[in-house]
Amino acid sequence: MEGELYDVAIIGGGVIGCAIARELSKFDLRVVLLEKNAEVGFGTTKTNSGIIHPGHDTPTSTLKGRLVVRGNMMFDQLQTELKFGFERIGALYWIREKEDWPRLEALKRQGDEKGVPGLELWDAERLQKEEPNLSHDLIGALYAPSGGVINPYEFAFALMECAENNGVELRVDCPVTSIDHDDTDDGPLHVQTPGGVVHARYVVNAAGVYADRIAAMVGLDDYTINPRKGEEFMLDKRLHGIVRRLVFPLPTGITKGTLIIPTYDGTIMVGPTAHDTPDREDVTTSFAGAKEIFDYVSRLCPSVHQSDVITAFAGLRAVSSTGDFIIGPTAVKGFVNVAGIQSPGLTSAPAIGEYVCEILAGQGLPLNEKANFVAAIDGPPRFAKQLPRDQEKMVAANPAFGRIVCRCELVTEAEIHDAIDHGARTIDGVKFRCRAGMGRCQGGFCTSRIINILSERLGIPPEAVTKRGGDSWLMTPMTDPVFRTVGQKED
Amino acid sequence: MLGRMEGPYDVMVVGGGPAGLAAAIGARDAGARRVLVIDREAEAGGILLQCIHSGFGLHYFKQELTGPEYAERFVVEAIDHEIDILPNSYVSGIGLDSDGAKRVRILSEHYGLRTLTCRSVVLAMGCRERTRGAIRIPGTRPSGVLTAGLAQKFTNMMGYLPGKKVAILGSGDIGLIMARRLVLEGCEVVGVFELMPYSNGLTRNVVQCLDDFGIPMHLSTTVTEIMGRDRLSGIKVAPVGPGFKPDMSRERTVDCDTLLLSIGLIPENEMSAGLGIQLDVTTRGPIVSSTLETSLPGVFACGNVLHVHDLVDFVTGEALRAGRHAGEYALGIRRAQDNIRLVPGDNVRYCLPHSLSTGHEHQIFMRCKEPMKPCEIIIGDIMRKRLSFVVPAEMIMFRIKPDALDQFQGDTLRIDIRPLQK
Repeated sequence: MEGELYDVAIIGGGVIGCAIARELSKFDLRVVLLEKNAEVGFGTTKTNSGIIHPGHDTPTSTLKGRLVVRGNMMFDQLQTELKFGFERIGALYWIREKEDWPRLEALKRQGDEKGVPGLELWDAERLQKEEPNLSHDLIGALYAPSGGVINPYEFAFALMECAENNGVELRVDCPVTSIDHDDTDDGPLHVQTPGGVVHARYVVNAAGVYADRIAAMVGLDDYTINPRKGEEFMLDKRLHGIVRRLVFPLPTGITKGTLIIPTYDGTIMVGPTAHDTPDREDVTTSFAGAKEIFDYVSRLCPSVHQSDVITAFAGLRAVSSTGDFIIGPTAVKGFVNVAGIQSPGLTSAPAIGEYVCEILAGQGLPLNEKANFVAAIDGPPRFAKQLPRDQEKMVAANPAFGRIVCRCELVTEAEIHDAIDHGARTIDGVKFRCRAGMGRCQGGFCTSRIINILSERLGIPPEAVTKRGGDSWLMTPMTDPVFRTVGQKED
Repeated sequence: MLGRMEGPYDVMVVGGGPAGLAAAIGARDAGARRVLVIDREAEAGGILLQCIHSGFGLHYFKQELTGPEYAERFVVEAIDHEIDILPNSYVSGIGLDSDGAKRVRILSEHYGLRTLTCRSVVLAMGCRERTRGAIRIPGTRPSGVLTAGLAQKFTNMMGYLPGKKVAILGSGDIGLIMARRLVLEGCEVVGVFELMPYSNGLTRNVVQCLDDFGIPMHLSTTVTEIMGRDRLSGIKVAPVGPGFKPDMSRERTVDCDTLLLSIGLIPENEMSAGLGIQLDVTTRGPIVSSTLETSLPGVFACGNVLHVHDLVDFVTGEALRAGRHAGEYALGIRRAQDNIRLVPGDNVRYCLPHSLSTGHEHQIFMRCKEPMKPCEIIIGDIMRKRLSFVVPAEMIMFRIKPDALDQFQGDTLRIDIRPLQK
């Protein structure tokens, strides 16, 4: 048989696929993860709002309602092991109208029953004292201290790095084109990719907004994914501290609403919108989206202004036709769906990883724990976050810590080396691992230096460096090669 | 050419571009003994090093130089003035001692993390370019959308082109210069789109970089959408109506693989703000006295960190003065507090410095809000100056002689630009 045989092939390297990969890496298994993009976490994960939900608002009658609270509780240990940006800053769910009090109280009751810790009802006075920059016409809020913010891409990178350290194989630029299977025998599924065929006894479909397409490849058509777009707006660090907690409205059926998010890195993000789109690649931002968000936010928090936007982006939620997560075995032996993972999918991710292992075990996959599983990774060096005396030691040990590449976010060359050594292959990969290019100049000063560092470190010509893989090239050679040889000595 | 890095210094200059170098020279001319320039890059000269076109120095040297030539003259002069230049170094903070001394914390590849003291500081950090995010152009996020300055670095420093078929949003000078540069390198430049009804670049650049190369400039037009998944595949543009609202009924697609942004410059005052220095909301630079001293005693500012200039020649003049005052401050020479506030009036976007002092000559820099021709600048009741035209893209400069101020009795001097009847 041509191609390699694996116990499990995971399709999709978003945060869900990565969480499953890490969970499976605890056992004696041959596991491969297939990702269509240049790096993991480059789809919906990268554009996620980055919120760890307390979980009080989803009823236990749903799968997501059960997984979210468990997921939330797992993050403290995960952060210790995987060193991604995460902090429980607490979340507020405000109301403006008196008649909404009963709903707020009902939410608190539901949360208490689910075991969500520390829920409190705040009156207007308390809310104003704690968050003085919020509009003074709010009459109260539900406070959930277990709500947190996370850098979702860092979480995905760290999960995958840990999985790879423990033997999981990662294939990037590896879209699945078809899956062959034979219902009559117990043999493996055959996953076709442009890089060759992958045989696997079990296939986990964690393909996000494309999950229904992947399911269709084995003849399953029992659900569809209907992407719902969210536009987000990142604001200048000037607004740091304007709110200290996550600020939510009361949830509606469609969405958790427009939020003010004090991100882990100290910027304020506002959004997202929620509009269905038929196009699975539609990550466009719009005039209408900006207007919708800022009309709303300027009433809620009057000091936030549209002129503070440093960047905008959009992502797609993988909303399933059932409205709930679709996780489980299927009519096709060995094919397991992990689909429709919309909010609170990121919070649920680690619990989903565990749950998928149980499902696979139930399907006959033997799970024998490895003796030598290493749960922790080193994590990136964060020069800007160190005390001066520690910074001094870092520079003394490695002069590349003395070279600031990104001045807006104070990122050193050593951190860019580290990002590349831990899997970054593109400008976005570097940016989302170490924040170089994420600040107010949006890469205006540092992009050229990062291109050179990637080129040097990966041993590829500068023109082969891309923004995020595929056809996202950044520069093209001049016709006069003599000049270029001279030019390369720069930087 | 490493600095000796022995403290204390009289004057430390943050930034080794044209402003920083001239400020250091000014400080030495004023008698300061020990002057240090700290620069991020491997070589001093700042953004001039990537401006390989000519046109620099026409005012200051009465000669047409390229950017690197202009920078070189000041680097040589700085060396002749025995000024220490510390390259590859980053100022990560400035602290104040109770006796007025400044502690400057420097991160450097060669010296690690060091704190050096000095008597006065000149801020000369320059500016950065506005980005796509700042004007919120809708659409996708492909590669191929970049600031004109970054494209200039690709082209002139790295020897690569940012793309083949280029559109330019905004008519700032760097965008105009890059339009010509890229045509000369074989790119197709499909047009410049400017939101305002007039150019934001110097007239000479519009003529020499666009008109001479047949590149169209579309005024009162903006980019309404960015298209393409991985790489830019095109843009949509539309003319704007009242309130700069795009007329979507007249939206059209422009085929291109690259969009350069030349939509303005922002003084880099994050460190200044962190020090508690008061900033002007219009210039986004520090509020300065007639000696170019900021609200923090002993800290001076000049060049594009103070306000965005059109011509480096004027940066040099301003920086020499700031450096001289910083040098005098370090030697203990203090000028009496300014006694006259200078405030912008009709059709004046800003004017600098923010205050004046009787008994001294003053160099005034200002910009208008709207184009006007012919017109008259009216400086309170002490001075009038006729101009054939004013445009926002071109800075207005003039001097106020000491005797003019002597006759002035008030405490606030207002500047207006008013139309002249022909």
